[in-house]
Parts: sequence; structure tokens; C-alpha cells
Amino acid sequence: MDLFVFLALLQDGITTGAIYLLLAVGLLIVFSVTRVIFVPQGDLLAYGALTAASLQLGQVPGTLWLLDGASAVALGLSLLGGRREALRGVLVWGLYPIAITAAVVILAPRQIPAVSILLALAIVTPMGPLIWRFAFRPIADASVLALLILAMALHFVLIGAGLVFFGPEEASAPALTDSSFDLGMLTVSGQSVAVLVCCAVLVLGLRWFFGATLQGKILRAAASDRLGARLVGIDAATTGALAFGLAAFIAALAGVLIGAVTPLSYDAGFDIGLKGFVAAIMGGLISYPMAAAGAVLVGVLESLSSFWASAYREVIVFTLLIPVLVWLSLRSGSPEDRA
Amino acid sequence: MTSTGSAHRWLATAATVALIVAVPAALPAFYVTLFGYVGLAALVALGLVLLTGISGQTSFGQASFVGLAAYATTLLTKFAGAPPIAGLAAGLAVTGTIAWLLGLVTARLSGHFLALVSVAWGISFFALFGTLPWLHGFNGIGDIPPLRLGPLSAANQRVNLGVIWSVVAIIMLMSANLLDSRMGRAIRTLNGARLMAESVGINTVQLSRAVFTIAAIYAGLAGFLFAHFQRFISPTPFGLGISIDYLFMVIIGGAGYLWGAPVGATLVVMLRDQFNDWIPRITGRPGDFELLVFSLMVILLLQRAPEGLLPLLLRLVRRPGTTPAAAPDTATPALATGTGTYQQTTPGDELLALNSMSRFFGGLAANRDVSFAVQASEIVALIGPNGAGKTTLFNVVSGVLPPDAGGIKLFGTDATHLRPRRVAALGIARTFQHVKLLGARSVLENVALGAHLSGRAGIVRAMLRLDRAEEAHLLAEARTQAARVGLGGVLHMPAGDLPLGQQRVVEIARALCLRPRLLLLDEPAAGLRLPEKQRLAALLRQLRAEGMGVLLVEHDMDFVMQLADRVVVMDFGQKIAEGPPARVQSDPVVLEAYLGGVA
Repeated sequence: MDLFVFLALLQDGITTGAIYLLLAVGLLIVFSVTRVIFVPQGDLLAYGALTAASLQLGQVPGTLWLLDGASAVALGLSLLGGRREALRGVLVWGLYPIAITAAVVILAPRQIPAVSILLALAIVTPMGPLIWRFAFRPIADASVLALLILAMALHFVLIGAGLVFFGPEEASAPALTDSSFDLGMLTVSGQSVAVLVCCAVLVLGLRWFFGATLQGKILRAAASDRLGARLVGIDAATTGALAFGLAAFIAALAGVLIGAVTPLSYDAGFDIGLKGFVAAIMGGLISYPMAAAGAVLVGVLESLSSFWASAYREVIVFTLLIPVLVWLSLRSGSPEDRA
Repeated sequence: MTSTGSAHRWLATAATVALIVAVPAALPAFYVTLFGYVGLAALVALGLVLLTGISGQTSFGQASFVGLAAYATTLLTKFAGAPPIAGLAAGLAVTGTIAWLLGLVTARLSGHFLALVSVAWGISFFALFGTLPWLHGFNGIGDIPPLRLGPLSAANQRVNLGVIWSVVAIIMLMSANLLDSRMGRAIRTLNGARLMAESVGINTVQLSRAVFTIAAIYAGLAGFLFAHFQRFISPTPFGLGISIDYLFMVIIGGAGYLWGAPVGATLVVMLRDQFNDWIPRITGRPGDFELLVFSLMVILLLQRAPEGLLPLLLRLVRRPGTTPAAAPDTATPALATGTGTYQQTTPGDELLALNSMSRFFGGLAANRDVSFAVQASEIVALIGPNGAGKTTLFNVVSGVLPPDAGGIKLFGTDATHLRPRRVAALGIARTFQHVKLLGARSVLENVALGAHLSGRAGIVRAMLRLDRAEEAHLLAEARTQAARVGLGGVLHMPAGDLPLGQQRVVEIARALCLRPRLLLLDEPAAGLRLPEKQRLAALLRQLRAEGMGVLLVEHDMDFVMQLADRVVVMDFGQKIAEGPPARVQSDPVVLEAYLGGVA
């Protein structure tokens, strides 16, 4: 392998590493606030990419009908609740899906890449809160293990639905840019740069969100002490919806970004999500900077091993977990009681 | 086990044997194959019941263990011409070893780490099965020799079905034996009561690794049978999706019950079969619809009936009020007094000595320069306002928290950095301020946990029921101690159903089962009524007379002052007074701490 190939692989690795980083951040937000290990995040990534792809073809994506259907049920349930809840329900689960549906019907035939991407984000993001509302909120106090098993079942539900919506074929999301430029001997694609820029903007945005906004602080409070947050009046139902919303947005964004680089099929999200897990586990499911380092490491290692030993790519990436876990093991003190 | 219990056991065994012989002979061929798969799945699911339902860990990688054993036996029997029994041994050795190594990496971490990592190895092994050239990839390996034993060969699927279900029955019986034993009780503590488990001397890290290995070996057994039943293997049935199916079986059947495994396996395999038939007919297209519907059902079940279907079915069968009452306890020995079975001490022996011990939490000194001693035949009370550091001190002495400075001597030897398990083994038992019991298990079982260290029988002996003499001895000890603290009448009640004060008493009985030389009691009288308190005081005096040292934290001053030989007073992490009750009560420093200054 010469330097040129190495640099190209490195560029690939850093781009996918950035995607894994986004997913790791989403996983950490959801886990720390709700204790849910959000396996279906990868599926939402595929939904994001494929929704953008089908909008770009001028079609109405099946995910829109999923959003409309689930929103209608959520609307019905919130109308049964108190007046304030009903009002909020009408806004969030009534007007919003109607507006999005109208926008899709009007704008999709024009096939503008940026619009397709924005609409895809608008369709997939609310699926986070909907998933929380219907799947996890009813058993929010169950053990981490029970929530994890439910997440696994949900992953299969989304896969099954994804096949119905998008069919078995792979598709590409529209690229933000087709440009590329030369950097020394290496050709850098504009989309790679766009991925890194989006990733940086998102991370900075999240920093601001968690540091400066009330909603962000509420999430942090709920993450550091769930019971304490509840005692000072922070509603677990709201924080959960917020966390899942953020994670879904992040997943959808990651989807439209990576979907322009690699064509994805309806079931491709799980593997990508798993790499995000590997990164998140490197952070011990608590530390964001560690997870970021892990994500880039996973991306680069994957890219390099796909060149050297492509058949063993997955094995190599997952074997990386073992030293990390040994280290975490040695660091953990006496056995703690588990939630 | 009472005599009715063992009669039931024999009856169930006989009925099972009859079924295993009769059913395979009578079934249509299609169902022979189907029930073969059900039995294999039930084996894997049984391991998951032990792992997930009983010990609170889980694995999304069981199918890869099935695969490891299946490939091991295939390579040996087909390519090396070895007899199946060698394939069995190799398969179990491979799965057991790999599981043990994986457990080595994850057993100290929280349960969800094991689960996540299992996804990783599930995918890795699957990738290896598909890519290693000598495993023939996705073309698979056919013509695997059938099972044979001497001249008997099981090329007939009906014979195989009988073999499979016999193995299922044997494994179920062995698992039931395990759960009804010293190690079984210990395994139940892994699910959320590890701190308590360590305090009675259970090595929780080693034990959770052992349970994980057992689950893998059950899966390996299924893999061995699978290879010789289907006589063709490829990577497909060992993938992640299949692993998750096994877990769903357990969730659907009932993860907390051994019978949940066969019930869940039957339901899932049959349902999948029906779905594959019907859903394409309804929707007019094949595809992942059945997976969608099936997974939605699992989600609903997790939300509505997290215990699984088995308890629901049992509730339908068993009308309310007909639940069999626990058999009267004929074996309870007479109330033992002054048994002298505790580890021997001589009055005046120094049991515990704290030497300038300090423990900090960040900048907060929970204990600072605390020194005092507890001798044999002495009751020392540790008192102080809330937040004085009493519970921290208990945790340091019992090994839960290491001290940051100073030293601890137990029985004259340095014990500054001992883990709770070692402290327990030295003869120190404790209770907890927040009661730590297995709420769903009986009082007797909870108390017997305290006797863990006086038993030797391990998992294998328990499974083969070679532990009965020892088990009877342990349970007799538990009954003795339970009776001694006044719980003789509620031995078979779930511990969680007792009033909180009584639950504290269960903890005391559990501690006594350890036969300690030094007893640490954290607020033992809280929640007790006056007569119960008097009874407790009498018991503690009796223990003192037998040579035991007692260190207790208590807020009930009447109780403390009447009982204690010496009182140690703490405030803001420091010892502010020590002495006989009368002197401490009139100490101005103590009054200042409690009342904020005397008018």
C-alpha cells in the first residue's frame, strides 16, 4: 500500500468515523436520559437516507404515511388527556404532520436536493418521540435489560416496515455537493468535507444546547439523577421525548450524509448503528470525548481493514472492543448493584 | 425438598419419559422435524432462562455458541471420522472455553455491557463461519454422520426426536436441581443484590461467569444435536437474528421460569411456521411482514406481561385460592439456645480495631481519624446525628469501601484492603440500613444465603443432586437461626411480604447463619414494635454471652443505652465521645451535637 491509497483510506475512515460519532452521541443522549439502549437508531439512519432518496425521485415516501398514522394515534391519545396536553397534541401531532404532508406533496415533484434532505429530516425526526411514546414510555421504569430487549424487537419492526416502504433495493441520498478539490496528491470529495462540517456544527450546536438552553439543562439534570430531576418537577415523559427526538434527528442527519456517499438498503442501518455502539462503549456509555475518539478509531480501522482483509472487517472492528472492555473492567471497583 | 415435592418430581419425570417415547412414534413426519427444532430451541432457551430471567444478564449471541459446537462436531465426525461422542466433548469444550473467556472480559461490568458485546461476537463468529475456508462458507457442509452409540445408529428422525427431548428433560431436571441448591440461591442474588451476596461470601464475579458458561454449554449441546439431527450445517442458523429469536422465546414463555423455555420455544417455532404460511396469503406478498407482526407481539408482551405467558397460563389453570399451601415444616429442629457453634472467641479478644481511619467523598470527610475497638463479648453502639458517617464506617469495616487513610485490624491482623467476601470469610456478618433481600424468595431461602460459606457443593454437584446431605444441613442451620430470631412461623413466606421491621430481622438471621465472631447491625431496631425490640435485645445479650462482639448503629436511645457496654458517638465524620452509656449521656460535647447546645 502506498501513501496515496493510505490517505484515501484515511479520508474514508474519517468520514465514516464522523458518522459513527454522530450515532454515538445520539446513543449516549438517549441512554443517559432514559436508560434505553437505542438499537433502532441505525434503522432511523436508513429511513433518513431512503426517505431523502425517494423524495429526490419525486415519490412520496412510505415513512410519511407511517408518520401520519402514528401521529394520528398520538393525537387521539392526547385529546383524551387534559386540556393543555390536548392543545399540545393538536400542534405537535395534528398540525405538524399535516404541514409536512402538504409540503411533501407540493415540493417532492420538484426534486431539489436540499429540499429533499430537509423534508427527510422533518419526516424522520418526529419518529423519535413517537417511538418513545408508544414503545418505551409505557415501561420506562423497567430494567435496562428489558428496555434493551424491547429496543431489539423494535429494530425488527422498523426493518420489516422499511422493507414495505422502500423495497429491497439500495438507493442513494442526494449529495449536498458534487464538487471535489485537490489537496496535494489527494482528491478530497466535497461531500466528505460536508460530512465533517455538519458533524462539527452539530456537536457545537449540542454543546450550546446542553450548556445554554433550559431544555438542555433539563436533559442534563434528568441524565445525572433521574429521581432527583423528577422530584424538582422535571417530567420524565418530556425529557424522554426530547432525548429521542434529538437522537432521531441525529440519526436522520447521519443517514442523509452517509447515504450520499454509500448507497444504503432498508436493513443497512443496524450494522452502522453497531459501530456507533462500539464507539459509545469505548466512552463507557458516559463520556462524550472518549466516544468521539472511539468513533474515529473505528472508522479508520474499518476503512484500513477493508483494504487489507475485507472479509474479516467486522471481526476486526468488534475485536477492538475486547481491550476496551478489559480496561473498563479493571477500572470498575467492587460490584455494584444493578438497576 | 419435602416428600410431596419429591413425589411430584418423580411423577413429572415418569410422565415426561412416557411422552418422550410415545409422541415421536405417533407424530406425522412434518411435526417430527418441527418438534425437533422446538426441542433444540428449548435447550438454548433454558440457558437463557438461567442467564436472563434468574441472574439478570443477557446475551444476543447464543446462536453463535450453537454454531461453534455444531462446527466442532461436524469437523471431527465427518472429516476426522471420530465418533459423535468425541464431537460432543469437543463441542462442549469449545463453547465452554470461549464463553468462559468472553465472561472473563465482561463479568465485572453491568449486565447491558455483556448484552452489547454479545451482539459484537454474534456478528464476528457469524462472519468467521461464513469466511473461514475450511468451514466451506455458505455452501455449508452436508452428509454429517448421524448419532450412534455402539451399534445403535439414529438415522431415523423419530429416534432423534426422542433423543433431543430426552436431553431437554434431563437438562431441565438438572437446572431445577441447581436452582434448588446453595449455588442456586447464590445465582438469584446476581440479579440486583450483588452487594448483599458479597457480604455473605459469594463470589459474584466468578458466579456470573459460571452462569454465562452454563448457558453457552446448553447452547453447545443444542448445536451438537442440531448438526447430527439436520445432518447439514451452514452459517445461516447461527446468525444474530436467530440469537435474538432465542431471547424472544424466553421473553414470551417467561424468563423467570424453567418451563418458560419449552413453552416459549414451542410458541415461537409454531407461530413462525404459521406466520410463514398465512401472512403472505393475507398480504399477497412474501417478505418481512411476519417478522414485523411477530416483533410487534413481542413489544406488546414486554409492555403488558413482562413476566411472559407462562405465569398467565398458570393463573388460568390454577383457580384463585387453590394455590397449594406450603407443606408444614416438620423438619424444623427445636429452638436452639447457646449452641456454641459460632467461631470461638475468648472474652477480651480484640475483634475489630480502627486506627485513625479516614474516608473521603471528594472534599467531604465522611470519616476522619476515627479510632476505636470492639472486643469479644461486647456490644458497642455507634450513634450520632444523621450524616455523621456511621453507615460509611460500616461500609469501610465490611470492605465495601476502602479507607483513604489509617488502618483496620480484624482479629488482630491487618484487614485494611480486604474485599467484602474476604471480610465475611473471616467471620464478620452485617445487615444493611436499606434492607437487601430477595423479596420474591422465601424467608428460609434468604436466611440460608447466610450459610453459603459453610457449604462446599458446587454447581455440578447441585445439578446431579449429590449435595443433599449438605443442603439439609444448611437448611437446618437456616431454620435454627430463623427460629432463634422468631421467624419460625413465616419460613415459607416470600421475604418481601413481611413488614419492614421483620425484614430487618430476616437480615439478622441471615447474618447469624454466617456464624460470625463479630456482628455489624445497621439500625436493627428500626420499624420494630416494643415487644419485638425487647426480644431482639434479649437475643443480642445472649449472643454476647456466647462470646460474640456486636457493633450496632441505632437511633433508638432507650434500646442503645440499656443494651450497649460502650457507646461511640460520631458527628461530622469524627468520633466526639466514647464510653459507657451513662457517661456518654451526660457528656456536654454529645449534648451539643444532638441538641445544638444546652440552654
